[in-house]
Amino acid sequence: MKKELRLMKGNEALAEAAIRAGCDGYFGYPITPQSEVLEYLSKEAYKRTGMIVLQAESEVASINMVYGAAGTGKKIIISSSSPGISLMQEGISYIACAELPCLIVNVMRGGPGLGTIQPSQGDYFQAVKGGGHGDYKLIVLAPSTVQEMVDFVPLSFELAFKYRNPVMILADGALGQMMEKVELFEPIPRKTNIEEWATVGKPKNRERNIITSLHIEPDKMEEINRKLQAKYREIEKNEVRYEMINCDDADVIIVAFGLVARISSKAAELARPKGLKVGVFRPITLYPFPYDKLNELADNVKGMLVTEMNAGQMLEDVKLAVNGKTEVNFYGRMGGVVPSPEEILTQLEEKFSGELV
Amino acid sequence: MTDNKLHEEKHFEEMIAEENICVEENLVYDRPKTLIDIPMHYCPGCGHGVAHRLIAEVIDELGIQDKTIGVAPVGCSVFAYNYLDIDMTEAAHGRASAVATGIKRMLPDKYVFSYQGDGDLAAIGTGETIHTCNRGENILIVFINNGIYGMTGGQMAPTTLVGMKSTTSPEGRIPEMMGNPLKITELIAQLPGVYYCARVAVNTPNNVRKAKKAILKGFQYQDHKKGLSFVEVVSNCPSNWKMTPVEANKWLEENMLPYYPLGELKVPENQGGK
Ligand SMILES: Cc1ncc(C[n+]2csc(CCOP(=O)(O)OP(=O)(O)O)c2C)c(N)n1
Ligand code: SF4
Ligand SMILES: [Mg+2]
Repeated sequence: MKKELRLMKGNEALAEAAIRAGCDGYFGYPITPQSEVLEYLSKEAYKRTGMIVLQAESEVASINMVYGAAGTGKKIIISSSSPGISLMQEGISYIACAELPCLIVNVMRGGPGLGTIQPSQGDYFQAVKGGGHGDYKLIVLAPSTVQEMVDFVPLSFELAFKYRNPVMILADGALGQMMEKVELFEPIPRKTNIEEWATVGKPKNRERNIITSLHIEPDKMEEINRKLQAKYREIEKNEVRYEMINCDDADVIIVAFGLVARISSKAAELARPKGLKVGVFRPITLYPFPYDKLNELADNVKGMLVTEMNAGQMLEDVKLAVNGKTEVNFYGRMGGVVPSPEEILTQLEEKFSGELV
Repeated sequence: MTDNKLHEEKHFEEMIAEENICVEENLVYDRPKTLIDIPMHYCPGCGHGVAHRLIAEVIDELGIQDKTIGVAPVGCSVFAYNYLDIDMTEAAHGRASAVATGIKRMLPDKYVFSYQGDGDLAAIGTGETIHTCNRGENILIVFINNGIYGMTGGQMAPTTLVGMKSTTSPEGRIPEMMGNPLKITELIAQLPGVYYCARVAVNTPNNVRKAKKAILKGFQYQDHKKGLSFVEVVSNCPSNWKMTPVEANKWLEENMLPYYPLGELKVPENQGGK
């Protein structure tokens, strides 16, 4: 297979991947720092594959278009940034309950409120703990490179259709805006098979398909919930993904996701010559979260440092994972500020130097 | 009584006997195939049931049961999918036309309709309604205007008439405090994306016949691929209007129809060039 290498912005690379992954439809609304996804698709998608691209009147409308379109069993993608994703939460909850596959991309910016257009990881809770109403889960993938902005698109669709569950790519404004070299995969033809559950018009030989999240009898609604929970347990068993960088001999492990994991790797590198054996643990799936692996790692380290671009959200999951086995420290920047490797190094030195000598 | 008279009477009795009337060739009215044979959850006399039946009749007559996808709203007709034997999706409150957009964009050759109440379409979903119409999506929107929030127990709707009582306008709607009843269909008719726009009612047999014709056009026009069809059905809510079905239909005629006049507001023939 011929490699196709290009220098691309994260948002554009993701949009290109959507076309190549054989997406059938995109519904979006402009918001910085992800508008390039909508712009790139508006320019490229229809003429290349016939993929439908529609700029909706709002994020509320766009997520409900996704609900309808995903219900036809096609590959549907939507993207936005933090405030827009907040507006979508009711629709996401419906999609999760109706068990429709789709890909939702959040290129996070600093909040709360209108906040800033600068990068942030402030929507971790919203993405992994529910966001909308009711007990549901999204599969959440956190890319840390532009390459992963590409690779996670087909992966997301694979998972979305395997589990009939919405998948979220949780990126940040920096990943969306920065340019890196990417290797693009060969285009996948658009789907032609019809999903048996899809609303496409009822042929004579089957019962009608109904896509709904309404089950007015509590017993029935609890049964639906049990079914969802069983699916989530299955996802937790099969789909945990993470990366470990120099964790084997580490005394201290930095736990970070997305872009911050890369910055933290740099900090870990800088720490080694100073006698601090630091490794980096990067959860790739934020849901399902790699609780077990972190718990195991906690046995062999003197401490952990969670670094995030928020006030300490994944921190809670890391604490749950290690369950008191080791000290968990936190360093975060908020509101669109990206931490530097030096800042993180300082944290490592302040928090761990004394203990380790 | 003369022999002749007696004979006539006997003949008449025979004629009206049940076994002589209920025969195949006399059947003029039957359950449409697309209407599922189960009791509806609607209150007695509610217009939703009539509107459902009309949709089912039209789908049967056009022979498009296998090519039709419906979108149910949040409102009393949230369970519309229990009664229509077609593929259906149940949308979030107000978003049915966005959901229908998503379906139609994926399946441009299928027949897609949304079915929405006045709270759903003209309050919480106004944005989606206007923009779906304005984009000229090739779908049909059936809009059931009963002047009230039926499902949640009779609160004021955007369409509640001035002076009309509801649980949230207990002394009657006061425009200075609560705004004016919204004639959203008149607004919709102006939009270039709208190909056909009509207001009908389901309170009398004659109106029901006209309503069916409008719904039929709404489905047929999807073949033209020239824009959206919008059919407002002025309906009732005997339960929350606190009237008998007969009173409700009379009240509808006397109060709703003067403010929401019936007729076709926009027809393809009048759209030069289309
Ligand atoms: C987001 C949201 N807000 C409010 C509700 C509650 N709710 C359900 S139905 C309804 C009003 C329905 O009235 P209408 O659309 O006129 O339909 P009808 O029952 O009269 O046919 C409301 C407010 C809801 N389900 N979801
Ligand atoms: S509450 Fe009103 S709209 Fe709802 S079913 Fe009863 S009569 Fe019909
Ligand atoms: Mg109503």
